[in-house]
Amino acid sequence: MEKGELKFKKMQKDKGIVLRVEDIHKRYGKEEILKGISFEIKKGETKVIIGPSGSGKSTLLRCINQLTIPNKGRIWLGDEEVTHDKKDINRFRQKIGMVFQEFNLFDHLTALKNVEIGLVKVKKMDKKDAKEKAIEELKQVGLEKQANLYPAQLSGGQKQRVSIARALAMDPNVMLFDEPTSALDPELIGEVLEVIKKLALSGMTMVVVTHEMGFARSVANEIMFIEKGKIIDKGSPYKLFTNPDNERTKKFLCKITELYGKSEE
Amino acid sequence: MGDITFIRDILLPPLLEGTVVTIKLIVFSIPLGLLLGILIAIGRVYGNKFISFFWTVYTLFFRGSPLLVQLFILYYGLPSIGIFFSAFAAAVVGFIFCSGAYHSEYIRGAIQSIKTGQMMAAEALGMTRAKAVLYIILPQALRRAIPGCSNEIIYLVKYSSLAFMVTCMELTGVGKIIASRYFEFTKVFIVVGVIYLLLVSVVTKFLDMLEKKLKIPGLE
Amino acid sequence: MNENLALIYQSLPYLLKGCAITIGLVGGALGLGFVIGVPMAVGQVYGNKYFSGLISLYVWFFRGLPVLVLLFLFYFGLFSLLGLNLPAFTAAILVLGLRSAAYQSQIFRGSIQSLGEGQMLAARSLGMKKSEAILYIILPQALRISIPGWSNEYAILLKDSAITYAIGVMEILTRANFISTRTYKPMPIFLTCAVIFIILTYGGVKILDLLENKVRIPGYGERRVEI
Repeated sequence: MEKGELKFKKMQKDKGIVLRVEDIHKRYGKEEILKGISFEIKKGETKVIIGPSGSGKSTLLRCINQLTIPNKGRIWLGDEEVTHDKKDINRFRQKIGMVFQEFNLFDHLTALKNVEIGLVKVKKMDKKDAKEKAIEELKQVGLEKQANLYPAQLSGGQKQRVSIARALAMDPNVMLFDEPTSALDPELIGEVLEVIKKLALSGMTMVVVTHEMGFARSVANEIMFIEKGKIIDKGSPYKLFTNPDNERTKKFLCKITELYGKSEE
Repeated sequence: MGDITFIRDILLPPLLEGTVVTIKLIVFSIPLGLLLGILIAIGRVYGNKFISFFWTVYTLFFRGSPLLVQLFILYYGLPSIGIFFSAFAAAVVGFIFCSGAYHSEYIRGAIQSIKTGQMMAAEALGMTRAKAVLYIILPQALRRAIPGCSNEIIYLVKYSSLAFMVTCMELTGVGKIIASRYFEFTKVFIVVGVIYLLLVSVVTKFLDMLEKKLKIPGLE
Repeated sequence: MNENLALIYQSLPYLLKGCAITIGLVGGALGLGFVIGVPMAVGQVYGNKYFSGLISLYVWFFRGLPVLVLLFLFYFGLFSLLGLNLPAFTAAILVLGLRSAAYQSQIFRGSIQSLGEGQMLAARSLGMKKSEAILYIILPQALRISIPGWSNEYAILLKDSAITYAIGVMEILTRANFISTRTYKPMPIFLTCAVIFIILTYGGVKILDLLENKVRIPGYGERRVEI
């Protein structure tokens, strides 16, 4: 490690940078989905990513926890590099929580067991302790009564909340939300956004990909607009919604607010 | 002599001994065949190119050729290259190898029908592939494979009769010997048939109970 | 090694004659099973309760017993009892055919039922008799849907044909055994035998796949299922 890099690491630690993404490129066959994305997130910050479908937002999140391996670029969690570290990737994944658009709850396990399983099998926690923690997490998302129900018996909103509890139980340093409400019926979106908002206000560092503009405005510290694999625009919610740098941003936000209305948080 | 006496005194005792052999055959073959099927399916879905290729060829062979030919190879063929199986052992090995191939097809199909999101969520939690397959994929895949695998198990209960063709004295074999000796084929094989129908019914009931027990509430 | 290959080469004509017998067996049994199975399926779906119950009994019997037991029961037992002096080959086709009918009837029944009642309703509303509806509307669709299942039945029958060795039919396995006992070289012969069966199995299935494509109705039954 050269002097420059040591200095850089110290900088990251001082500034409290939890996640740093540098020049991520990802290609699928001939098509380049991500064309050089870079950003960093400080502790407690909530970054919201918006943009049209196909712009690479989901791919970006999956590159962060290496579910998808980027073709180029580097990722740091705190002061440790995540990329190119096949051996330790599982350890990193424990520190990065991910919530999927399609929930991906384990269908053969109860809600409680879904939250427990990471604790028992990955963190090797004692079964009793794991159960206690799992119940605590379910309480946080308001579902302790549904602990013994199976995913097939839960509503979409409940499923997503369990999935949030499952990710939180691992005590991650950063939470990644991949369009958490896009697969939900409109009446159920509110309960999930409520939970995510609570989480943000409690100081969790998070990246949220979403179309819910009302939510973005009220919760984000910074909003990034990604289109065709590049960050086209970024800034505080106030700036982006009232006076964005880029014409495209303006257009997109107008269209989106038209579709979704001024969404309640 | 009357039918009843014949059946009761001459036929049933040896038939029941034969039935015991049949039960022994299936008690060994069914669980081990299923286990082999699981291993083959995992090898084909998650294994590297060589493992996958090997098991694919294996499955092609054991599903494409008759069980009886496989038994002949094991019992009559192998001795010529120095491997000697007893009739019972040859039958059990043949049943395991053959049913393993059939089970693997059902299980492989079931694994591939599990949404990719399940594996993604497991890996996102930090699980290694092995853990994800063991705790998340297999429990679901095996449940989906139950109808197919149950079918295969019932088949094995019936095809255990082929053990007679390599001189193992199970139910059918005993029946043939007695029928030939007393020239009472119809009577003997009706009784043999009834015993098989009973065996199949018992196994079917058992498998149905198992399926009910393993059902995940809410999932079709 | 060379002598093994030579032996295989010499045995092939004899074995391939067995192929003809095997194919005859399978073709006959498949055909018999079809001819009996289709009416049985129609009877189960559209017939009255007693007829349906009888068919269920038939299916239960022929599916519940091992092939070997059925062969022994009929060839050595029932046929003699009934005074029929059938050669092994014919007896085998009969037994395998009756058994195949049981399995085929369930394949066809499943296909018919998967069509839903809409088809029959529409046909009757046009004024067709039940029998006409079945013949011109239901069966053309059901039979096409059944091809994969039927292809599976072919593969099973082909492999079951080897069991007729037990009643002395001169099919492939019987001949292989014949050669093996005379030359004391079981391995190469039985392996060749296995390979012949494998070729017949997969070859036949491929042909049936081609058949399926030929009779396919464009766009029929294509569901975009999101897995």
